[in-house]
Amino acid sequence: MKSKERLWMIGAGLAVGVIAVVLVVLGNPANMGFCIACFLRDIAGGVGLHRAGVVQYIRPEIIGLVLGAMVMALAGREFQVRGGSSPVIRFVLGFCVMVGALMFLGCPLRMVLRLGGGDLNALVGLVGFALGIFAGTLFLKKGFSLKKSQPQSKVEGYAMPAITVALLVLVLAAPAFLFFSSEGPGSQHAPIVAALAAGLIVGALAQKTRLCMVGGIRDALLFKDFHLLTGFIAIFVAVLAGNLILKFSGVNPAAFTLSFAGQSVAHTDGLWNFLGMTLVGLASVMLGGCPLRQLILSGSGNSDSTVAVLGMVVGAAFCHNFGLASSGTGPTFNGQVAVVIGLVVVAAIGVGNLNRKAA
Amino acid sequence: MNQIDARGFSCPEPVLMTKKALQDLGKPLTVLVDSPTPLQNITRFARNAGHKVDSRPLGDDFELVIS
Repeated sequence: MKSKERLWMIGAGLAVGVIAVVLVVLGNPANMGFCIACFLRDIAGGVGLHRAGVVQYIRPEIIGLVLGAMVMALAGREFQVRGGSSPVIRFVLGFCVMVGALMFLGCPLRMVLRLGGGDLNALVGLVGFALGIFAGTLFLKKGFSLKKSQPQSKVEGYAMPAITVALLVLVLAAPAFLFFSSEGPGSQHAPIVAALAAGLIVGALAQKTRLCMVGGIRDALLFKDFHLLTGFIAIFVAVLAGNLILKFSGVNPAAFTLSFAGQSVAHTDGLWNFLGMTLVGLASVMLGGCPLRQLILSGSGNSDSTVAVLGMVVGAAFCHNFGLASSGTGPTFNGQVAVVIGLVVVAAIGVGNLNRKAA
Repeated sequence: MNQIDARGFSCPEPVLMTKKALQDLGKPLTVLVDSPTPLQNITRFARNAGHKVDSRPLGDDFELVIS
């Protein structure tokens, strides 16, 4: 059973990597085949929650990820409706994850994709990310808990899939009240059918294997269990290979460029790339998984994760309305203040939820 | 037999609870969980640590016996 689990994990990681590279070839921004943070941010913009004109689009990948996870969970009899474990704190943690991710310009999954494209800023982000996860494991060892979830009504479990179906109707109908970027990253996207299919496949695979960027490093630190980490590494290997093939076959010479400067949708401010991902790592450990995993769980009946995802969407809207999100030119002062506040808030949540008995 | 109830907790808490219970209470240990994810994670953790693990569905939940 153990080797079968591992094969699934490696296969899923490789598939995610290949699909991510293909999505970029089909039109997604560079190193952004998938980015849960960026795509939730684009959706927030698409429905007008923020007015940053260059990052507005209803990303079908997100819709596919949730629905793919739902189908796989139902097929595997793993669709379980649970919720009620500190929902407001989960919302705030999701918000903070987004503040950190938009400082760095990517979720942990995009960090791996950026690494596979030769973006060395992502290496700095990875070190910060690992530090944040390490800090999170210290809270866990001291008894950090968001308390028990409880069974909920079926309706609660199907709420997130229903929301994504509504988004699918919106993107297909494209009514005038939606916002679609005509320039910038939001205007770069694979065809709807391809993006949706990619999301469905990856959503199903991620549900089946529990693929999680945060869990990989967390379990390695806590239990010396490298199972989830193999998925993380498989994604990197597939993306690296795919980008190198594109580069040397001449299809896209820019697919792999080993550098700090000149990377797409990225900046070179090391300190803030580091601290942004520290915040993502720490808050994600407290949520129990990275943004991808939260999205997958939200499609599998877990309404706690749905609340975290909604926190990310609202966080993304605030990031652009308040000028917190970085751009290719670098971080903003407001964003730097927000990341520091985020770290303080998340640390306070950590301290406030320690179970003294377990310490 | 020693028993812990990890139902309702999200990962990695059930694994941490199991690890602590194995240290404090010892084997054999029965663990109750309510979803396949902690079931797999605890099984993997316990087998990596050299324990024997048996599990079975129990209504909507799962029962693991670590020995």
